[in-house]
Amino acid sequence: MPPPSQSQRSPSPSQPSGKGEVSDLKLQLRQLAGSRAPGTDDSKRDLFKKVISYMTIGIDVSSLFSEMVMCSATSDIVLKKMCYLYVGNYAKGNPELALLTINFLQKDCRDEDPMIRGLALRSLCGLRVANLVEYLVGPLGLGLKDKNGYVRTVAATGVLKLYCIHAATCIDADFTTVLKTLMLNDPDSQVVANCLSALQEIWSLEASTSEEASREREALLSKPVVYYFLNRIKDFSEWAQCLVLDLVSKYVPADSNEIFDIMNLLEDRLQHANGAVVLATIKVFLHMTLSMTDVHQQVYERIKAPLLTLVSSGSPEQSYAVLSHLHLLVMRAPILFSSDYKHFYCQYNEPSYVKKLKLDMLTAVADESNTYEIVTELCEYVANVDVPIARESVRAVGKIALQQYDVNAIVDRLLQFLEMEKDYVTAETLVLVKDLLRKYPQWSHDCIAVVGNISSKNVQEPKAKAALIWMLGEYSQDMLDAPYVLESLIDNWDEELSAEVRLHLLTAVLKCFLRRPPETQRALGAALAAGLADSHQDVHDRALFYYRLLQYDVSVADRVANPPKQAVSVFADTQSSEIKDRIFDEFNSLSVVYQKPSYMFTDKEHRGPFEFSEEVGNLSLGVESVDIVAPAHRVEASDNDLLLSTSEKEEIRGPSNNGSAYNAPAYDSALQTQSELTVPSSSLSTYSAQASSPIDDLLGLGLPTTLSPPPLNLNAKAAIEPGAFQRKWGQLPVSSSQECSISPQGAASMTTPQVLLKHMQGHSIHCIASGGKAPNFKFFFFAQKEEELATFFLVECLLNASSAKAQIKIKADDQSTSDAFSVLFQSALSKFGVS
Amino acid sequence: MISQFFVLSQRGDNIVFRDLKFWKDDEEEEAPPVFNLDGVNYFHVKVAGLLFLATTRVNMSPSLVLELLQRIARVIKDYLGVLNEDSFRKNFVLVYELLDEVIDFGYVQTTSTELLKSYVFNEPIVVDAARLPPLGPAAMFMQGSKRMPGTAVTKSVVANEPGDYASSAGAGAVILDDCNFHESVHLDSFDMDRTLTLVPPDGEFPVMNYRMTQEFKPPFRINALIEGGNFKVVSFELESGAVGNTTDFKEANKKLEWGLKKIVGGSEHTLRAKLTFSQESHGNIMKEAGPVSMTFTIPMYNASKLQVRYLQIAKKSKTYNPYRWVRYVTQANSYVARL
Repeated sequence: MPPPSQSQRSPSPSQPSGKGEVSDLKLQLRQLAGSRAPGTDDSKRDLFKKVISYMTIGIDVSSLFSEMVMCSATSDIVLKKMCYLYVGNYAKGNPELALLTINFLQKDCRDEDPMIRGLALRSLCGLRVANLVEYLVGPLGLGLKDKNGYVRTVAATGVLKLYCIHAATCIDADFTTVLKTLMLNDPDSQVVANCLSALQEIWSLEASTSEEASREREALLSKPVVYYFLNRIKDFSEWAQCLVLDLVSKYVPADSNEIFDIMNLLEDRLQHANGAVVLATIKVFLHMTLSMTDVHQQVYERIKAPLLTLVSSGSPEQSYAVLSHLHLLVMRAPILFSSDYKHFYCQYNEPSYVKKLKLDMLTAVADESNTYEIVTELCEYVANVDVPIARESVRAVGKIALQQYDVNAIVDRLLQFLEMEKDYVTAETLVLVKDLLRKYPQWSHDCIAVVGNISSKNVQEPKAKAALIWMLGEYSQDMLDAPYVLESLIDNWDEELSAEVRLHLLTAVLKCFLRRPPETQRALGAALAAGLADSHQDVHDRALFYYRLLQYDVSVADRVANPPKQAVSVFADTQSSEIKDRIFDEFNSLSVVYQKPSYMFTDKEHRGPFEFSEEVGNLSLGVESVDIVAPAHRVEASDNDLLLSTSEKEEIRGPSNNGSAYNAPAYDSALQTQSELTVPSSSLSTYSAQASSPIDDLLGLGLPTTLSPPPLNLNAKAAIEPGAFQRKWGQLPVSSSQECSISPQGAASMTTPQVLLKHMQGHSIHCIASGGKAPNFKFFFFAQKEEELATFFLVECLLNASSAKAQIKIKADDQSTSDAFSVLFQSALSKFGVS
Repeated sequence: MISQFFVLSQRGDNIVFRDLKFWKDDEEEEAPPVFNLDGVNYFHVKVAGLLFLATTRVNMSPSLVLELLQRIARVIKDYLGVLNEDSFRKNFVLVYELLDEVIDFGYVQTTSTELLKSYVFNEPIVVDAARLPPLGPAAMFMQGSKRMPGTAVTKSVVANEPGDYASSAGAGAVILDDCNFHESVHLDSFDMDRTLTLVPPDGEFPVMNYRMTQEFKPPFRINALIEGGNFKVVSFELESGAVGNTTDFKEANKKLEWGLKKIVGGSEHTLRAKLTFSQESHGNIMKEAGPVSMTFTIPMYNASKLQVRYLQIAKKSKTYNPYRWVRYVTQANSYVARL
């Protein structure tokens, strides 16, 4: 079914219209079907080719189905392949016809030639007809046991195809067990790779309904399996290596030795010519060292060179994908790239999508040492004929100016842009000068002198016009002809299409009037009259407001229009650090190219291996009143870390995150984990929650004090890094989900989340994020096993103080101890408020 | 997990279309190499005027897909000899055959030309065999075309503005900033004596890519002189002696083009052009002119000075006797002189 719809779109003149030719083909095929004359195969080949060419250009040739099948009784492999191609294309749309093919495909699956066995099996699995799946099971079972590697390769993927057509049949036939055995034993690396991808996909889909599947999915990330793949990584094709590396990036090593072993093993993958392999390796390196600050920084230094080489070799498309990742790294730690700025210079014939990324990076890496060179380079681009890039370049210069380095020289440069008298350059520059003045009011004299020379007639773009008008209003005292320029703009009120500009006009003329009343009176009157008659609601309202304000008291109007202003020190960042972290977690995926986390552009069922669970998504976004304890500090802190020596780091750590510890469990070199964890207090919510409802007591749910803690010891100084928590939360299945009660006293004391945190900490259960207002609170807790530091328990706890109930969801690294932990957690919770 | 694969002509017609997974949607447009439309991710690369396009709904590695598309284009070229719309239309069955072996159910199986040989049975219909395609800009060493096995091409790609050269490196060592290698290359003795050992796969492939920022002698010097003033028409004054001179002024992108088929080493060539502008130029003409961008190929010259000391064929095959051949080429990637 696929191609037909395209035919209407772009039939090229040479392409036949269809009908007549198809019936013609039908006749010819029929004649050939029974023929055994020599040369028949050649004529068949020609006809088959025609059929397939029609199919490709979108002519529906499904009516030839039975003829094609009749003709396929041949030993000619070229013919067979064409026939398989045809059948695969039309079977789904014609299930009753597909039945015709089953026979010959099944026969071919038992052919002597392994090539034919493989091809037939692939076609059989590719029929996509649900009610024919019963015919697949037999050949697939044989295919998986075939002595030929090619057939097994096809069969492994065939299992996945079967699963997608009819999951139950696949599961009932227990193919997953066979795949697992093959994956761990087959000598052919492509068979192994296909088994891995099939099992990953099947178990991920099954995990939501089957506990066994979710355990199996976990097992793929277990040490023996991961090491099995790592040890033979060079046997795999470059594409399969990417698959393996992706698996490894999800593995959580037990200690730093393991991390170093893995990195040493994969070191030479960084020299691979295939960018996909290099990026997949880098992902492993970055994620494994996230909690080892110094090593993490070394990783940055190590991966720089290979990334730059990849950017400069290969097609622009390939280099774009790599550059997007480099961009992400530069944005995270610009300082580490500040000496590499020359690599980000734009080349003359690069596509603009590449140039844009480079401009962004140049802006980010600018510091005291290189600002002069970078700005000089950017100024070259401003003069370029490529208008969008010229505009971006002006903006880049402005952004650098706002970063405070060498502002002096930059202001001069910006003013030179205005002298170029190119409308688009002037427009961009005006917007920038405005922002610059808001940050550095001391530059007003230099700027105003130049801006004053710009004829407002040459400024057409709304944003630039608004900026100019703002400056006219703000600096009306210094700009001699401000009232007259404003007046002429107001005279053309009706031609001004942008409401934003009209709003700015009203404000500017009011400011100007308050400073130079006699000269501006006429203009103000005209502006207010025009504003009151304006059809745009906001413009109308603002005019009316000013009008009444002026009527009421001019001095009040002055206070409103010209309040004492503070220079803007920081302009709002467009992306929250949580979002940036999410993108970093999804390294080597489209998220990096789009600069958006995957939940923003994929629907749920297609999120694939990079996906995180919904809850953590909400958590990390912190939409409502959830306070993110650690993540909020994280980017800032980790960026700083890259710049600081270890000793300074400790000082930073203390106050900024209360020792909630970025160091991985067993890897605490210089950093001491403080056992106390305080949470920013929400000053609100002083009223205490109502006592729990009496019903709970009636049902005997009030005080489950009978529970005693089982012999599971938790590490009192447990620590997990927020990113690792998120990753784990996304990867692990829910091992238990329960509702339990807390004591009425405990519920009553729940005015802020902190109370509970302190209590749980006494039981070695730590909080990583909490939020909410009474009576509803949400917590994410974690705990770590005393003896095995790699074993974490993660808990999501929704607590309602008024009903004294808590919903808990537990996820655990080690499923076998999760029940014990659940009991322990509930017992700790039940003791809350009872002491 | 690639869902679909297309090859499109410049008009946007499907030349090859393979539905790899179970959903369907057909939208294409000219855009950055990767974009998302209604939840579908589109990847494309342009090779020889053809668009190789893949789609997926899954958030996968963009590098993987773009590398793959490029590789598919190369494999197809290895089989067809020439990559263009015509060769595609004549050989689409062969291309389908290749694709089926390269990707199965969205998972990459193999992109090795010689492995694919055993699965592919259609004979290519050769189009215009005489026309050898130009070398891609990325390849440094590369195995020559299929007809000349055993050939290594060392290529320098010149990028960025060539700075002033202080010393003409002389016999000094060539310092590489970084390099990467094809997967067939064994690096066992690379650290010791800079030897690369490989069993070359079929087809064309870069053995090694390297990058260096060391100063080098720029192969060309460009001097530009601009005088203000107005003239009536675009006119060119060509100096005689240069071979294959062509000149053109492109109004649309305000670009003055000068083509020279061949330049002898050590020679100097001059072009004078007079331009008239439709409107009075108000700005500083010097500010608006430039830069001068040059594209060139210099055979038998290697700007990087990286050399292949020797090329040894360890195991000679009985069936064919490969040439041992090393060619040096320098190609401009971005060679720009600012005025």
